Amino acid sequence: MKENYYITDFVKITDQQLYHRDKKVVEEVNGTLKSLLKKSYKSLEISYPKFHKMDSLSKLGFIAVEFLKLEQEFPSDTALVFQNSESSLHTDYQHQQTIQNKEAYFPSPAVFVYTLPNIVMGELAIRHQLQSENTFFIQEKFNAEYLTDYVQELFNSKKASAAISGWIDLNNEGYNVFLAFVSKNGTLPFTKENLENIFYNK
Amino acid sequence: MDPVFITDDEIISPLGFSSEENIENLRKGISGIRPINDENLAPFPFYGAKISSEKLAERFSSIANIKEFTKLEQMMILAIHKLVAKHPETDFSQTLLVVSTTKGNIDLLKNESGFPKKRVKLFELARVIKEYFQFKNEPIVVSNACVSGALSIGVAKKMLQSKKYKNAIVVAGDILSEFVLSGFNSFQALDNKICEPYSKNRNGINLGEAAAAVLLEKKATSTNAIKILGEASVNDANHISGPSRTGEGLQKSVKNALLEANISTEKIDFISAHGTATLFNDEMEAIAFHQLNLAEKPLYSLKAYYGHTLGASALIESIIVKHALQHNELYKSLGYYENGVTKPLTITEKYEQKPLKIALKTASGFGGCNYAIIFEKNHA
Repeated sequence: MKENYYITDFVKITDQQLYHRDKKVVEEVNGTLKSLLKKSYKSLEISYPKFHKMDSLSKLGFIAVEFLKLEQEFPSDTALVFQNSESSLHTDYQHQQTIQNKEAYFPSPAVFVYTLPNIVMGELAIRHQLQSENTFFIQEKFNAEYLTDYVQELFNSKKASAAISGWIDLNNEGYNVFLAFVSKNGTLPFTKENLENIFYNK
Repeated sequence: MDPVFITDDEIISPLGFSSEENIENLRKGISGIRPINDENLAPFPFYGAKISSEKLAERFSSIANIKEFTKLEQMMILAIHKLVAKHPETDFSQTLLVVSTTKGNIDLLKNESGFPKKRVKLFELARVIKEYFQFKNEPIVVSNACVSGALSIGVAKKMLQSKKYKNAIVVAGDILSEFVLSGFNSFQALDNKICEPYSKNRNGINLGEAAAAVLLEKKATSTNAIKILGEASVNDANHISGPSRTGEGLQKSVKNALLEANISTEKIDFISAHGTATLFNDEMEAIAFHQLNLAEKPLYSLKAYYGHTLGASALIESIIVKHALQHNELYKSLGYYENGVTKPLTITEKYEQKPLKIALKTASGFGGCNYAIIFEKNHA
């Protein structure tokens, strides 16, 4: 028999605001992404030195999932299934700048390692000790159908008992994060429609 | 769960523009890796596996205008074109396209190509392929470091099992780029000779470029089909740029794949491993396979043939598994001279014919990801 899965919790970060479900928990009016990330990190009252070495995409994922963690334990088989449209381009441009000019050729491993979108999932796996399924999808727009179909198959085949899944996108113009914790607990069914309603703020 | 089969395949690589040509070169132990001195790719000489742009254009110009497509798009479209042409009877109108790539058209970041800037986005690459073949469904792009190629097979399998699609095409590709070469060089991870997986004097990877495509169906429509018995991905949760010392994530991914396949390790006839030839990767794999009681199984790496082709590598290596099973043959693990891992493995030191039924393919990558997939020869 198929078990029912629910959107147990979710976090959204965009336009200098961080929402934990319906509640605005961090706001940084007239600030930058950097200052929003800093303020969010401080509000969590944690110490995780690796955070400061991460690129912005990883920092966004890290902060969002720290807020999810406030109210639940993640089983160690919690799958990470993310989507975005920009892949790691925000950091790709930084790496490109270090090789663009032959006279100033100084590529750095610390930047290069973040030129893959799935690194944020690696950072989260380390932070929360998740030895679990990881898949990063690139779609032009948030595709809730593919996400729910894929994550549901992970549940059906017993490859995961919970998932952190959603959208995590960043470019020079802005950023948009919506990560949900999906598990057997909750009341809001894990469906394409419910994900879309939250994502588009319907 | 419905079984899912890989029923056909094509490879576009420095070792040939068809799977058959590639297999013929593997049988002969021929490497596609050459010394390259090209300032457009790197301000240093290096060993890499490059597809001749002229030869590619020659083939591609018979199907479309080469000026409208980047080199990577030409490679990927050509792979699918050749695949689809073999199946005039198959309905591709509802086909699900899964695209595996780590960096796509990353060379366009350099800004001298004449192609629109947006083409560097991975979904744009997928859109170009989708529109060329007039596939109806939105393509799924998988970009999950060096496990992408095999993970994409698993993604397509799961999506087929969700019952919305009749068949799927997985296409994978990555190019040899200044972007990636400079990065791996900054890690001091490039060997200055043809790489030597699991060997004593191994000193890093070679990079390569290639594309490949496979057809996935819920029926074994050809006698050469292979069945996906099980697959799983498990993150090391240890380090973002280095493999775990214990290979725990790789071990768990193999165990989970065996669990889904519902078989024991004894049933595995051979292993197509990741074998990048970095000190840490090969050592990690050796420890993991030992812990799994798989050290006695014949094992090879294909990286000394193709270099590391990133998002394409694990798909190409899965295709080679299919042909190995079909022909009952094991290819020589090129570049292996003397054991260089603390837990010795049974590396294939020569081409060999042998009855084969079930194979394990593994891959590991940046971000701590590991992936294992088990294939069985179709009995039809």
